[in-house]
Amino acid sequence: MSETNGHGELPDETPDETPAGPHRVIGTPPPAEARTLLGGREPDGDRPAPRELPADPADLRKAKVAERLVAACFIVAMLAGIGFIAAYIGLEVHSVDAVLRSNLALGTSLSVAFLGLAFGATIWVRHLMPEVEITEARKPLASPAEDRAAFAETFTEGADASQFAKRPLLRRTLIAATLPIAVAPIVLLRDMGPLPGTSLRHTVWRKGLRLVEDVSNTPIRPADFSSPGGMITVIPEGYQDDDDALAKAATIIIKFAPGELQHPTVLNWTVDGIVAYSKICTHVGCPVSLYEQTTHHILCPCHQSTFNAPKGAQVIFGPAARPLPQLPITTDAEGYLVAQSDFHEPVGPSFWERG
Amino acid sequence: MRWITARRRHPAAGYAIVLLTLVAIGLGYAALTGAGSPASASAPAPGQQQIARGQEIFARNCASCHGLEAQGTAVAPSLIGVGAAAVDFQVSTGRMPAAEQGPENVRKPPVLDTSQTLEVAGYIASLAGGPAIPSPEQVSTAGADVAVGQELFIANCAQCHNFVGAGGALTYGKFAPALTQATPTQIYEAMLTGPEAMPVFNDTTMTPMNKRDIIAYVTATRTEANPGGFSLGRIGPVTEGLVAFLGLLLFMVVAALWITAKQGKPREHE
Repeated sequence: MSETNGHGELPDETPDETPAGPHRVIGTPPPAEARTLLGGREPDGDRPAPRELPADPADLRKAKVAERLVAACFIVAMLAGIGFIAAYIGLEVHSVDAVLRSNLALGTSLSVAFLGLAFGATIWVRHLMPEVEITEARKPLASPAEDRAAFAETFTEGADASQFAKRPLLRRTLIAATLPIAVAPIVLLRDMGPLPGTSLRHTVWRKGLRLVEDVSNTPIRPADFSSPGGMITVIPEGYQDDDDALAKAATIIIKFAPGELQHPTVLNWTVDGIVAYSKICTHVGCPVSLYEQTTHHILCPCHQSTFNAPKGAQVIFGPAARPLPQLPITTDAEGYLVAQSDFHEPVGPSFWERG
Repeated sequence: MRWITARRRHPAAGYAIVLLTLVAIGLGYAALTGAGSPASASAPAPGQQQIARGQEIFARNCASCHGLEAQGTAVAPSLIGVGAAAVDFQVSTGRMPAAEQGPENVRKPPVLDTSQTLEVAGYIASLAGGPAIPSPEQVSTAGADVAVGQELFIANCAQCHNFVGAGGALTYGKFAPALTQATPTQIYEAMLTGPEAMPVFNDTTMTPMNKRDIIAYVTATRTEANPGGFSLGRIGPVTEGLVAFLGLLLFMVVAALWITAKQGKPREHE
């Protein structure tokens, strides 16, 4: 049989070997090994006659072992399946630990059940079923010409009978009736809005709003936050339950020793060496608060953007494009840290209209 | 020897040797980097005699880097004003005396015993004060709120130390250590003094009660169950996903090879 005509040549270039057979691709079985599923559909003289399946495997003793192995796999699968049901009914799920145990038992039993089935089936196929490769000739995709002609005829008849072409009033009102329904899906896109407008440019920080510690919600006096090397996350007072606001307004404050803060940090926006930066990374918005007090680097855990805290949080490494915005802070009459205003630039990652 | 000779050309011999070598390397590594026993400290009451002994120990073990008056040198910072808490943290975790200059001093069995540590701490505290070693009552988790501790930990600590205190990488070879061995006193001291790259969380910012909540959370995570028996470093979906990906990938490749492999018996048509 031919082993070479796998280079896109037409089959009729080797008429002496396979005159009418399909073009053979490298890697597919040669026709001698193949048995057509649709036996007798096309009694082609050049094709081998359809073969019968071998009745029994060659080695009966091996086959017996394989059979027992398959049966054992299936029994394991059955037991695991019963175990799954038992675990579902029997195991408590009233605490985190119990849920974890339940998940483990359910997952393990289900995996063993499926694996038992899979191993059993594979051993069955490999060691008991005869090894025969089968090909099925592909049918033509196009309908026969007479079917296509009949369809065209039926269509024309129907069009004539409905008088769609003759009665323009009916035709036009029908089109008018379906038009709103056709347009409706486009209108439904409105629900993807409303557009963010200017909300990405602002946070809830405003003049006089106190900085409070995250979680404990206590306001901060500069005298309390007095150890150089200190860093803590602060949020705007009164917004501890407003996740939308906190998503943009989360801020870190860092205490520096005198003289450590330098340009381009805006010193008028700091209090006694305490500087406030947005906690939202300017790359894709992860919370940046890995602060190394020895190097004064603020590190983003997601993509290792590194910001130089004493120099206006400038980017010194990583994919972030802009420094962390600095929040202008001062103290109020009671001596607590408050914002002077909102951030002077949008916090967080870039967006289309940012400019 | 005959046993080995008979089997060394077995198809599985190569795999067995690779596996044995990997196990041996793993065990050897674990033995070499084994954990030291954590030391505990109690509240000090240094008298003049203790301070003198502390100065002597300091001169022997610490002064070569930190200077005879603890004033600091080109290779080590000044210890004036760091307080007894910083000394106790560094010495009781074995980080000081440092083994070598490097990005990060790692935890190791302490060189000085508890009383020596307290004497050095008393000497350093006598120079310029600073944070004191917390008493056992100050670090007790009795009455502490683990839930509040978790919130505080996630807001302030988890970014470096991981959600369950498994530690994490920083820049230039530095890293935030795992908190699996730190004693409550050491956790308290670390927050109070900010060792190495760690920020300072002083008592007026992070109140002593909040610190106890955090200690309660950190110690509570150690007793959490690991279903399946593997913690995978407890660093979350990254290792779990990697193990699942590589493990399943390997399994699927082997399964595909097995399913499609030629059967051993000769083919009839040949």
